[in-house]
Amino acid sequence: MVEPMNKVKVAVVGAGAAGISASIEAARAGAKVVLIDENERPGGQLFKQIHKFFGSEAHRAGIRGIQIGTDLLEQAKEAGVQIRLNTVVYGLFAEKCLGLMCGDHTEELQADVIILATGASENTLAFPGWTLPGVMGAGAAQTLINIHRTLPGDRVLMVGAGNVGLIVSYQLLQAGAEVVASVEGLPYIGGYGVHASKIRRAGVPILLSHTVLRAEGHESVERAVISQVDKNWVPLQGTEKTLEIDTLCLAVGLSPLAELAWMAGCQFIHISPMGGWIPVHDENMQTTLPGIYVAGDLTGIEEASTAMEEGRLAGLAAAEALGCLSFEEGAMKKAEVRERLETLRIGSFGKGRSLAKKQILESRGTV
Amino acid sequence: MKTQGEEEGIRTTGIPSEEELEASPGYPKAEALRKGPIVVIECVQDIPCNPCEAACPKGAIKVGDPITSLPIFDAEKCNACGTCIPICPGQAIFRVDMTYSEDKASVSFPYEFLPLPKKGDIVQGVNRAGEVVCDATVLRVQQPKGFDHTAVITLSVPKHLAMKVRSLKRRKASIKE
Repeated sequence: MVEPMNKVKVAVVGAGAAGISASIEAARAGAKVVLIDENERPGGQLFKQIHKFFGSEAHRAGIRGIQIGTDLLEQAKEAGVQIRLNTVVYGLFAEKCLGLMCGDHTEELQADVIILATGASENTLAFPGWTLPGVMGAGAAQTLINIHRTLPGDRVLMVGAGNVGLIVSYQLLQAGAEVVASVEGLPYIGGYGVHASKIRRAGVPILLSHTVLRAEGHESVERAVISQVDKNWVPLQGTEKTLEIDTLCLAVGLSPLAELAWMAGCQFIHISPMGGWIPVHDENMQTTLPGIYVAGDLTGIEEASTAMEEGRLAGLAAAEALGCLSFEEGAMKKAEVRERLETLRIGSFGKGRSLAKKQILESRGTV
Repeated sequence: MKTQGEEEGIRTTGIPSEEELEASPGYPKAEALRKGPIVVIECVQDIPCNPCEAACPKGAIKVGDPITSLPIFDAEKCNACGTCIPICPGQAIFRVDMTYSEDKASVSFPYEFLPLPKKGDIVQGVNRAGEVVCDATVLRVQQPKGFDHTAVITLSVPKHLAMKVRSLKRRKASIKE
């Protein structure tokens, strides 16, 4: 006999910055929301972000990510969001049915609206020695120090001078490690200059047009050999330097975690600077499949503030689609969010992301 | 603003160049610095960010619209209270008093490393590149709750280094109790 399937109005996959924000908006509008996350704690990357955020007052600038995460969770609880932790969404099937793996059993959950906010995973870099213990993603090192309060090592080489590499370098210093150097293949620092300034003042050299050639060590990393590269990223002979380290962190970009959207059959577009394959979506964050929405890094790698706003947008649009918000109210609230999103994508650091977002909208043809 | 490929500047060194600082509307002019304690904003990139504007009780900092505009600093209105220093997520705001004494200036900066120094400690003042440039005496360590764990440290430094010293050499925390 077939058991009756569990049903819910809104299922949100991923309880990070985007997913919690989406849940709050949908639940506040009156929709019954289940927020699902595979981790034992909600919050995604927010609780690792111990630095003060940029932005405007509306984006909670000057407040640390960890506090923003705490506040969002509180709001989600107040709004009546049901949070299911330790639950892996292994599939997204026909009729918007999610396959859940919870401990020793599986369940199905059917939703009227699904919001995917699965985030991204760290890119890696293959070089001789990259499998040695001590070589890890910068995000992994950040989890170790800020969540588990454990130093991965004493002497760190950071590869990549985007915002992730710069921020995690700073936080490793705060945790008590030495950051021997930050190396970056590009001839310029990709992250915010002020993040770079913080680690420079703390004595960390930033070596541009440099890459890691290999990691060496007996049972774990003991040394890294770095070298200068030309503008085609070809190592220049004779520029090799050996650094004594015990930890090598890779901050070389992120890729959207888009498996569920692929599985559902959403249309995709490839935009390299946004992290690769991205589910096409409209101004409401709805994919090419009605009732399936996306938000956050899954829709192109940005940062927590944009993820929260995109989540709000998806949550509002979902509530509107379910009839929980009137057309007028929905339009007004969405317009406010879109305006705030816009301000996060201006200036020389936002321009490229703004153009990429337009490209995503246009690739759908209609809005 | 520097574009890609240009020599020295924040995008290639992580340190704002003299030219970038001079061109920034947050960076006070030399005559304003001579008058007494004043805030020094070293914000040179068009990041969407404006908490400094709301933080200033005197209305001396204006970012306006668009939010990526560099903060415009009005030296006449600034009373050097320093409320903006711990608020700036970029830790790009400092305070300098060229009139501190005959031969010393005071420099205040945000600091988020443990252990914190104590008032009266002799520490090593470092420049924007993290190089030790002088010994410095800790005049003040402010860490009220409202600063949210960002301490503001004030050092006395030789006057000619007032626009060079921007932090202190980080001391290693001892794991032992």
